[in-house]
Parts: sequence; C-alpha cells; structure tokens
Amino acid sequence: MKKSDLGFRSIAHFCVIFLSLLALTPFVLLISSSFTSERALIADGYRFFPKEFSLEAYQYISSNSDTIAHAYLVTIFISSLGTAASLAFTSMLAYPLSRKDFTHRRVFSFLVFFTMLFNGGLVPSYIMWTQLVGIKNTYWALLLPNLLMNAFHVILVKNYFSTSIPESIIEASRIDGASEIRIFISIVLPLSKPIMATIGLMTLLRYWNDWTNGLYFVTKQKYFSIQVLLNNIMQNIQFLLNSSSLPGANVKVTSIPSASVRMAIAVLGILPIVIVFPFFQKYYIKGIALGSVKG
Amino acid sequence: MSSKRKTMISMYALMLPGLAYFLINNYLPMCGVFIAFKSIDYSVGIFQSPFIGLKNFDFLFRTPDALLITRNTLLYNLMFIVISIVMGVIVAVFLNEIRTKLCRNLCQTALLLPQLVSMVIASYLVYAFLSSENGFLNKSVLPALGMKSISWYTTPAPWPFILLIVQQWHSLGMNTIIFLASILGIDRALYESAELDGAGKWKQVWYITLPCLKSTVIVLFMISLGKIFYSDFGLFYLIPQNSGMLYDVTSTLDTYVYRALMKLNDIGMSSAAGLYQSVVGFILVLSVNLLLRKVDPENAMF
Repeated sequence: MKKSDLGFRSIAHFCVIFLSLLALTPFVLLISSSFTSERALIADGYRFFPKEFSLEAYQYISSNSDTIAHAYLVTIFISSLGTAASLAFTSMLAYPLSRKDFTHRRVFSFLVFFTMLFNGGLVPSYIMWTQLVGIKNTYWALLLPNLLMNAFHVILVKNYFSTSIPESIIEASRIDGASEIRIFISIVLPLSKPIMATIGLMTLLRYWNDWTNGLYFVTKQKYFSIQVLLNNIMQNIQFLLNSSSLPGANVKVTSIPSASVRMAIAVLGILPIVIVFPFFQKYYIKGIALGSVKG
Repeated sequence: MSSKRKTMISMYALMLPGLAYFLINNYLPMCGVFIAFKSIDYSVGIFQSPFIGLKNFDFLFRTPDALLITRNTLLYNLMFIVISIVMGVIVAVFLNEIRTKLCRNLCQTALLLPQLVSMVIASYLVYAFLSSENGFLNKSVLPALGMKSISWYTTPAPWPFILLIVQQWHSLGMNTIIFLASILGIDRALYESAELDGAGKWKQVWYITLPCLKSTVIVLFMISLGKIFYSDFGLFYLIPQNSGMLYDVTSTLDTYVYRALMKLNDIGMSSAAGLYQSVVGFILVLSVNLLLRKVDPENAMF
C-alpha cells in the first residue's frame, strides 16, 4: 500500500469515528444527567460524568409512575395499533393498483400520488379534524391525522407487488378457484414480508416519535403520549410538581428532582428504540435507500 | 362476466379504507383552502362566514413577517441542502474506506441514532447544553475558557449556527447512507484498473468516486429544491423553545402558520400563509420534476 493511501485511510477512520462519537455525545449528557442527583445538577449543571451518582430520578419515576406509565402505555398502544392498521390499509390499497387487469388503476394511482404534490395546509386540516370529525381530546387524535397512511408507502408497496410477485402464481391460484381476497391474503402478503418490514418500521418510528398531533389536538393529560408529555413538561416545568400525588406531596420544592427526572423520562422515551434498532437497522437502511430517490 | 364483476367488487372493497382515508385526510382539507379567502367567524360557522377576497393575503404581505418567514425558510433550507450534500458525500466516501465490519457497522449505527430521536427529545438534548442556569456550555465550557455565561435562548446571533448543527446531527446518518448506496453501486473494475495504473486512494476518489456520485448529487439537490418552501417544524419550533426573542432568526413558514393559528387565533393570517406555502410549494415541485424529467427521467416522480 502506498504511503498516501495509508494517510487517506487514517484520515477516513479518524473523521468517521470522531463524527460517530460526536453524534453520541448528547446521549451521554442526557443519560449522565438522569443519573445525577438534583443537587449536583443545580450546582454544576449537566455534565458528561455524574458528579454525584444517584438513582433518585428513576426512584421518583417508579414511585410516581401514574402519569408517566400511562403516557408510555398510550404510546405503545397507539404505535402498535397505528402501524398494524397502516400496513393493512396500505397493502389493501396497493394491491388493486398493482394489478394490470384492474381497469381504473391509473385514476386511483394518480389520486394517491397527487397527495404528495399538494396539500391544503394546517388550517383547513385542523378545522376539518376538530369541527367536522371532532377528534379533539380523543385517542383518535393521536392515531388518525397524517400518520395513518402515506402516499409514498402506497406507491412503494404497489411497485413491489407488480415487480416482485410473479403474475403466474396469481393466475394459477385463480384457475384453482381462489377468490381475489384469498389470493391477496394467502399468496401476495406472505411474499411481501421485506417491503412490509421496511414500511412498517418507518411507520412505527413515526408513530412513536410523533408529538405534533398531540400538540394540535390534545390538551387533556389522559391522552398524552410520551412525546406529548415530554413536550408538555418542557413547556411547563412545574408540571410534575402539580401532578405529584405522593403521600408526602408537601415536600419542599428543592427536594423534587425535576431536572434529572425530566432527563430520565427522555431516556425512557429513547430506550426502546435504541434497544430494538440494531435488529432492524437493515430494514431502516433499505427504507432510506428507497425513500432517498423519490421521497 | 359474473366472475369479472366479483373481481371488481373485491378490488374496490380492498381499496375502500385507504381511499376513504386519503379523501378525509388529504382531499377535504384541499377543498378547505377557500378558508383563506374568508373572514372566519365561528359563531356563524365556516360556511356562513363572509368571503373577503384577497384581504387576508393583503394583510399578510403588508406585514414585515411575510418577507422574514419566506427569507428564513429559503435561506435555512438552502444552507441545509448544500451542507447536507457536502457532508453526506465526504462521510460516505470515508465510511466506505472502513473495512473492519464491526467498526463500520458501529459507526453507521452511531450516525443513524440521532435520526431515531424525536425533535422533542432533541430539544431536551439541546437544552442540556444551552440552558442558562445549568447547561453544559454555561456551567462547564464557558467558565473554563474564562468567558461569561450567555443567555442562549434570548440571544439571536448564534442560532443559525445552532440550528445547522442540530439539523446536521439529526440527518447526517441518512445522507451518508444515501451516498454510500451509490458508492457501493460503482463498478469495482474502475478502481481495479485505476490501481493498476498506479492511482492512489486520493486520485481514485477524485477521478472515479466523485464523478460517479454526480448524478445522485444532482437528483438529491433538485428533489430538495422542490421541498424548499417547507421547513422542519420541530427544528424551528421546539429546539429554540419557542422563544419570542429568537423569532427573527427562527420563524419559518411552518412555525408562523402554527403560531398564527394556535397562539394568536388569527385564522385569516394563518390560512393565507398556509395557502401561500402550499401553492408556491406545488409550483416548485412541479417545475423541479419537469426539469428532472430532462436530466434524469428515472428519478422524476412523473
């Protein structure tokens, strides 16, 4: 190997590793703060290594867990229901659009595609969901607006159906007398696992991380997801003080570890994603590659 | 005949939920753009409220805000697009040099991780650095440098830079993956023959990798241009903590529409700004795609 090549290699390694570590630093700060005692946080600020290691934030959460556990359950419930419904409706819409013998497929494909080009904007959408459908302060508000279906995903699945599923299989099962719906469920869907995994992961992440629907449509704490809760806490740092229902609720303000508790909730919001992600990274990267060109 | 009819009925039955969703979520609001031409009075209802022609737009473009939010949206996006492409290409070229599989995968995961985090949590992370009372910068970095604390959330000057860092932190992994995918698609034979001719790594990157990435860069640039009228609402709204002192450098079309609607309850102004964004955005996407069809028909949307 040439000397200049060795230089190139070293610079490449150095830069990438440096940037990767840099990308992780905010997480270290977050985790470290969540394990720091409130006193040390106030005195020395957020640090990369806890000056006074303490579990008080997590203890506080586990003994005051009503609000947080409920928000967590809402997030899990909405994310899984939303993703399942999204996959079902997306594939059900994409299948007829992929069939060459379905005469109106061009019209409907265009109707789906057009939603990627033009949108009515926030105001009409907000007024429609709140006045016409009336989803303000319901669980529907977290589930329905904007997240449930995505035109781009419909097009991806449609393209997958028409390129990766041999027409001969469909034709053969039709001759055997299988109904269209049966063909769709027992032949087409099982052959589409890779694309389903990819768009399922994308949809799951969007639901898990969504805070905008909560911001627009939810004011009651009962319907807060973990992201909406975190956003609300940030807007109103006093929040946890008010909702504290401990027997010793009249504890002094200074003894409530609010700054570290906030960080601990944020850690809990990230944790499931970080744990699960390495296993699904493959699909995520595929999703980016598919979306990069046309998304 | 009857079997064909049965097929049609099944097809429509399958499509029904999806089509209904797009009708409600996308097409009804599109029809609702007429709200921008009305003076909405909730007591008489949306449909009974009087039409006032272009008055809302007249008001909007008379305020200095219209120019400010347009300028911010365009300039921030332009900066993000250019730097995203430059950084994405550089990191992808470098990442491709890492041959140890473990190291390569770990770096890739680390770079992608920020993107999995919502802007709400990102705003917590940024707050941990910038908080005036106990942020890392004010408590640890600035004192060590012998500098005075800065009240970050009320000082506009550093914000374009802060927002750029957050945006890059959030999206570098994705940009890297996009370019890495094109690099992996380059014919290995090109590199092998270059090596035989005695070209070193630097030369290979300069004369093979970069020219091969040109079309990806152009396509990505143009697609981003088509979306230049839309900004990341979370980035501009949550990261600066919606701080009023920073509006001059953090207001974009999206934050303006939101604030006018939810905080000021000014439906006229908000819907006018929203329609302005939708229409210009639509024209941009169309023109970019017409251009793209000439440059690279395979990647045009239509």
